[in-house]
Amino acid sequence: MIMSVKVRYFASLKDSVGRSGDLVDVSGKVTVAEIWAMANANRSMPDNILAAVNMEYVGIEHSVQNGDEVAFFPPVTGG
Amino acid sequence: MIKISADLFDPWHEVVVYQDSAKHWTGKFGATNVFVGTMRDFNEGDSVTGMVLEHYPGMTEKQLDDIVKQAICDWHLLDALVVHRVGEIKPNEPIVLVAVWASHRGDAFDAGRQIMEALKNKAPFWKKERLQNGDERWVENNTDGYLRSPKKDISTFLD
Repeated sequence: MIMSVKVRYFASLKDSVGRSGDLVDVSGKVTVAEIWAMANANRSMPDNILAAVNMEYVGIEHSVQNGDEVAFFPPVTGG
Repeated sequence: MIKISADLFDPWHEVVVYQDSAKHWTGKFGATNVFVGTMRDFNEGDSVTGMVLEHYPGMTEKQLDDIVKQAICDWHLLDALVVHRVGEIKPNEPIVLVAVWASHRGDAFDAGRQIMEALKNKAPFWKKERLQNGDERWVENNTDGYLRSPKKDISTFLD
């Protein structure tokens, strides 16, 4: 089954990848790290990156389901 | 209550209006702790003329809601109010308000601190500074909030 995953990038990471998001079609079981690799074939994931699935923080080995929103971003600096 | 504001807000007015609207705990609170974070005109040795605060709509509110619920549970708060700016901000404008109401001061002090530190670590906001020389740069990490090290222990105030 082909599934579609929405990927989003924020802040300095959005600047460095040059876009705010991707739509990734995948089949079978897939992790957050694999989603990054599919969307960014020529760019390794930065060491300090944070990841969220459906707006909750996750580790990069977290599995992703059809229709999920996966977000990648640098350390947060609010307040 | 959580509010994300794209416009300038008056934190003191927000506290008064919220407290006046909360009739169900009128007379129940003995301690109100208010923290206001304001934009400085300097950072890391450079003059800063403005900044843009980006956020992740939806996740920001979700994380702040979790942070406030945890603090209410941990410190027996009556209520809490968090307001945070996004968008274009100028020096001297408020960035964040954290106000908490509790029966006693200890819970109010510690809950306010817990909410602020959790916000700094988990709420998805990012600052991009505009420097006086025209350059722009992303703030890469939050500081620990203290100028001095080692941190003062509360017991030093009781000697």
